[in-house]
Amino acid sequence: MRRREFLTAASAAATLAACGSKAAPPLPPGTLSGANDALGHRLRKPDFPAPTETRRTTVAIVGGGIGGLSAAWKLARSGCDDFLLLEMEAEAGGNSRAGRNEVSAHPLGAHYLPLPPREARATRQLLAELGVLQGDADAAHPVYDEKYLCHAPQERLYTNGYWQDGLWPTLGVPQAERAQYTRFQEYVAGLRQQRDSAGRRAFALPLALSSRDPKFLALDLLTMRDWLLREGYTAPGLHWLVDYACRDDYGTAAAQTSAWAGLHYFACRDGEGQVLTAPEGNAWLARGLARASSGRVQSNALVFRVEQGRKESICDVYLAAENRSIRVVSRELIWAAPLFLIPHVFAAPRPEWLAGIRGAEYAPWIVANLTLSSAPQTRAGHPLAWDNVLHDSAALGYVVATHQQLRYAPGPTVITWYRALQEESASRTLSAFALRDGDSPSGAVNSASRAGKRRLLMGRDAWAAEVLADLSVPHPEIRELTTQIDIHRHAHAMIRPLPGRLWNGARSSFELGRPGIQFAHADVSGLSLFEEANHRGVLAAERTLTRLGVSYASSL
Amino acid sequence: MQRPLLVSVFIVASCGLAYELIAGALASYLLGDSVMQFSTVIGAYLFAMGIGSWLSKHVGGNLLVRFIQIELLVGLLGGLSAGLLFLLFTLHAGPFRFTLYGLVLLIGILVGLEIPLIMRILKREVAFKDLVAQVLSFDYIGALAVSVLFPLLLAPHLGLVRSALLFGLLNAAVAAWALWLFRAQIGPLMLLRTQCLAVIALLVLAFGFAGTFVSLAEANLYSEDIVHAESSPYQRIVVTRWRDELRLYLNHNLQFSSRDEYRYHEALVHPGLAALPGAKRVLVLGGGDGMAVREILKYPQVESITLVDLDPRMTQLFSQSPMLAELNGGALASPKLKIINADALQWLEQTQEMFDFVVADFPDPSNYSLGKLYSTAFYRLLKQHVAETGLIVVQATSPMYARESFWTVVATLEAADWQTAPYHALVPSFGEWGYILAGRREYRPPAAIPVPTRFVTADALPALFHFPADMARIPTEPNRLDNQNLVRVFEREWGRVQVH
Repeated sequence: MRRREFLTAASAAATLAACGSKAAPPLPPGTLSGANDALGHRLRKPDFPAPTETRRTTVAIVGGGIGGLSAAWKLARSGCDDFLLLEMEAEAGGNSRAGRNEVSAHPLGAHYLPLPPREARATRQLLAELGVLQGDADAAHPVYDEKYLCHAPQERLYTNGYWQDGLWPTLGVPQAERAQYTRFQEYVAGLRQQRDSAGRRAFALPLALSSRDPKFLALDLLTMRDWLLREGYTAPGLHWLVDYACRDDYGTAAAQTSAWAGLHYFACRDGEGQVLTAPEGNAWLARGLARASSGRVQSNALVFRVEQGRKESICDVYLAAENRSIRVVSRELIWAAPLFLIPHVFAAPRPEWLAGIRGAEYAPWIVANLTLSSAPQTRAGHPLAWDNVLHDSAALGYVVATHQQLRYAPGPTVITWYRALQEESASRTLSAFALRDGDSPSGAVNSASRAGKRRLLMGRDAWAAEVLADLSVPHPEIRELTTQIDIHRHAHAMIRPLPGRLWNGARSSFELGRPGIQFAHADVSGLSLFEEANHRGVLAAERTLTRLGVSYASSL
Repeated sequence: MQRPLLVSVFIVASCGLAYELIAGALASYLLGDSVMQFSTVIGAYLFAMGIGSWLSKHVGGNLLVRFIQIELLVGLLGGLSAGLLFLLFTLHAGPFRFTLYGLVLLIGILVGLEIPLIMRILKREVAFKDLVAQVLSFDYIGALAVSVLFPLLLAPHLGLVRSALLFGLLNAAVAAWALWLFRAQIGPLMLLRTQCLAVIALLVLAFGFAGTFVSLAEANLYSEDIVHAESSPYQRIVVTRWRDELRLYLNHNLQFSSRDEYRYHEALVHPGLAALPGAKRVLVLGGGDGMAVREILKYPQVESITLVDLDPRMTQLFSQSPMLAELNGGALASPKLKIINADALQWLEQTQEMFDFVVADFPDPSNYSLGKLYSTAFYRLLKQHVAETGLIVVQATSPMYARESFWTVVATLEAADWQTAPYHALVPSFGEWGYILAGRREYRPPAAIPVPTRFVTADALPALFHFPADMARIPTEPNRLDNQNLVRVFEREWGRVQVH
C-alpha cells in the first residue's frame, strides 16, 4: 500500500513537472527480454510442423539450465559423449545467463553462489575444476580464489534514510529486539550442527541428504512466518530479514514459504555468509558446465512432444530458427526442463507425475539492468557495496556488476535490480497454464494471480519507470545517471516452496525416475537453488550411466 | 529641524556602537582571547568618547558645518577601520595593537564629539529637560538596534569589513542629508559638497572591492600560498608555497613537502635499488610527482622506467610546470621513462612486462578502492611481473600512528608468498613512516649506496630496519579482497590520531 502511495505521489510529481516549464525527462532507452514466451506458449495450441528428419543419440537431455548442463557435464566427464542437449532459448544457462554491454557483463538472473557445504560435492568438484576452489575440495573450509569471493564491502541496507552495514536492521532497533536476533541466530547455528541418528544433517544441501526425522519434516506444514510467531519471535527487524531471505531465495514471502524451506536457508550452509560472484553473475558457472557439452547443444529447439518408452524415447522438436521439426530418438531421456511442462509435452504423462505437479506454483521475477554513467552516490552511511538492499521496498535492491573488477578508478557501471513478484504467480496451477485464450478461468486461478499476470506483462517502459521510482528513494539522481535500462522477465523463474510442497511425497516420483527417464531439474528438489539443480543433473546422469553400463566415479 | 536631527542621533549612535563592536570582534578573531579584546576595546572607546565630549567645548564656528565634517570623518575612519586592520595584520605591515587602539581612540573621540554638538545645535529650539531626554533616548535606542543586528545579521552575512563600510556610508549619508536640509543656514557649500561626495565615493568603491580584498587578505592569513589548484576526474590537486617550501596535497592530504621529501623518496628507493646492481627495468606505480623517478635515475644501470599513474593531470603538471619539474629535476622528461596513465590493477592484469624493481607508492588505504591496492590478490598479481631476483618496495603508512595497519600490509605480503623486510624512516612532515621491501628470497642490505644521497647512507641502513618497541610487530591478519580488514583498521587508527 505504501508503495502504491509512493508511486501515486511520484507520478503526481511527474505530472506537475510536466505541467511546468519543461516536460518530464524521457525514460532512458533499453530492451525487454525474457524467456521465449511466444515460443513456449505455442505449447498451449500445438500446431508444429511434422518432423522431417530423425536423429539418433544415446542420451537426449531436454532443457539447458543448470540441471541439464550438469547432466551433460557428468556424462562428458565419464566418457559418454553421445548425447544431445535440446534448449528452447538461443543460449543455454537458464536462470544463470548474462547480458553484456560496453560497460560490463551483468547477470540476467542468478548472480551468486554461497560457499557450498561439504555435502554439495558435485558443486565443489565443479568449482575445483574451474580453479576457483583451491586445494582439498572436501575440506570443511576450502580455499577459494579471491577474485571470485565477493569483495568487501559485501552488503548494506538502506533504512531510515541511512545506509547501514550488513542486512540485519540495527539502526534504532531496541535492545529487546536485538536480543531476538541473537536468539534466532543461535538457534539456527544450533540447527547447522544438528544431526539425526543416521548421521544426516537436519537441513542439508542438497536437500535430499537431509534428516527425515518427523520433528524436522513437520516444519514443512506451516509457514515461516507462523513458525517465527509460534517460537515467540516478534521483532519486526527479524521478520523483515527472514521475509527478505525468502523473497531472495524463493521469490516467495515468508508468510507463504514453508518453514522447513525458510530454516533450510539459514541452516544448510556454514560459509559465514561468504559468496562467490562475478560481474556476469552465475553465468561463469553455466559456461564452465557448458564447456563439456560443446557441439552437442541444439538451441532454439522446443521439445513439443515426448513419447517415453523403456527401450527408447522419442522427442519431437521444433527448430524455431529453421521453422521445421525433427525427431530425436534416444535410448535414455533426461528431462531437465521445468516440471510444469510435462502435461503439455508428454504423450502419456503418468498419473503420479500429474499428481506431483498439481498445486505447484512458480514465482515470476523481473530483473532490470541499469547502465549508469557513474556509481550512485551515498548520501549518508556506508559506501556502495556489492549488494545494496532497500528496507522499505517490495524489490530486493541491486547488485553492482563492476564490484568484482580489479580496478581502482570509478567510472560507468551496471547495476542489476531484482524484484520477485512474490504476491503473484505466473502459472498458479497446471490448469492455469492450460488455459486457452478466451477460456474462462478455472477455480484454481484466483483474481490475485491474474492481477499479477497483468503486472508481469507490463511493458519495458512501465517497468523502467517503476525501477527508477524505487531507486530514486536512496538515489534521487538515478534518472540522470541512467543511460540504459534493460528489463528481463522470468515468468516461471522459480518453483515455490509452499507449505507441504517439499515433504508431502509429491516429489518422489520425479526423484526416483523410471527406467529410461530421469528428471534433472531443481523443481525435483522443490527449491530453485544452483546446488539443487547441479545435484539433480549429476544424479540423473549417474543413473543413466549405470543403465548404459558405463563405469564412472560418483560425484555425489 | 528637530526631527531630522533626532533621526541623525539614532543613526550616529548606531554607527558609534557598530565601530566599537567591529573593532572588538576583529581583535578577538585575529588576536584571540575575546574577553580581553572586547573589554579593552570597549574601555578605550568609551574613554575616547569622554575625551571627545570634553573637547566639544572647544569646537566653535558654524556648528552645523562642524557636525557635517565630523560625520564625514567618522564615516571615513570607521568605515575603513576593519579593512585597514585586517590588511595590516595579514601583511605584518606595522604594529597591529598600536594601530588598533589608535584607531579606536580616534573614532571614539570623533563619536564623542557628535552628541554634545547635536545638543548644542538643538538647544536653541528645545527646552533642556526635553532635549536631554530625547537625544539620550535616541542614542540608546540606536545602540540597542545595532547590538542586536550586528551578531545576528551583519557579521554573519556581510562580514566585518563590509559591515564597517556600511556604517561608514550611513555616517556619510547623515552628513549629506544634513547638508541638504540645512543648506540655507550654511554659508558657501562648495567645499563641503566636494568632501561629502569624495567620502561617499571612496566608501562605495571600497564596498565593491571588499570581497576580493578579503580573500586576498585571507590567503595571506593562512601561511601558505596556493600556487596551483585543480580538480582532475580522480582527485583534487593543490600545490602550496610558503617561503621556499612547496607542498602537494591530493584530496587535502599532504603528499610531500619540498623541505623533507628527499627523506621520504630516498628511503623509498635506495634500500631496494642499491641492493640490485643488475636492475635494468623499473616500475613505479603511483608516484606521478616524479620524485621517486628522480631517485631511480641516479642509477646508470637502469635502462627503462615505467611510471603508471592513474591521473594524467598529475604527470602533466609535474613535467610541464617549471617550478614543479625543478623539484623532480626534470625526471619526467627523461628518455628512459615511459609514462602510462592507467589504473595500476588493470594495467598489471593485461601487461606481459617483467621488472627487476617495483615501487608501489599508492595513497594510504583509506577506502575500499585503495584497499584493493594493498590486498593479497594485488601482491600475487604483482609477483607475476617481478623477475626472479627482483624486489618490490611498498609505502605502507606509519608504523607509529597506524601500527596495526603497517603490520597488516606486512602480513598481506607474506600471505602472498613474499619474503618481507619492513623498515622505517623519519620524515618530519609525516612523522615516522613505514616501508616494506619484498622479494622471493631474503633481502640483504647493500654494503654501500652507490649514488649521491642526503639522508640514506649505508651505515645508517641497519637502524632503519630495526623497530623500537613502540613500533614493533604485532599479530595481524592479511588484507584480502573479501574482507578488506586493512581499510577498517586504518580508519580506526588514523581516526584516533586525529581525535587527539
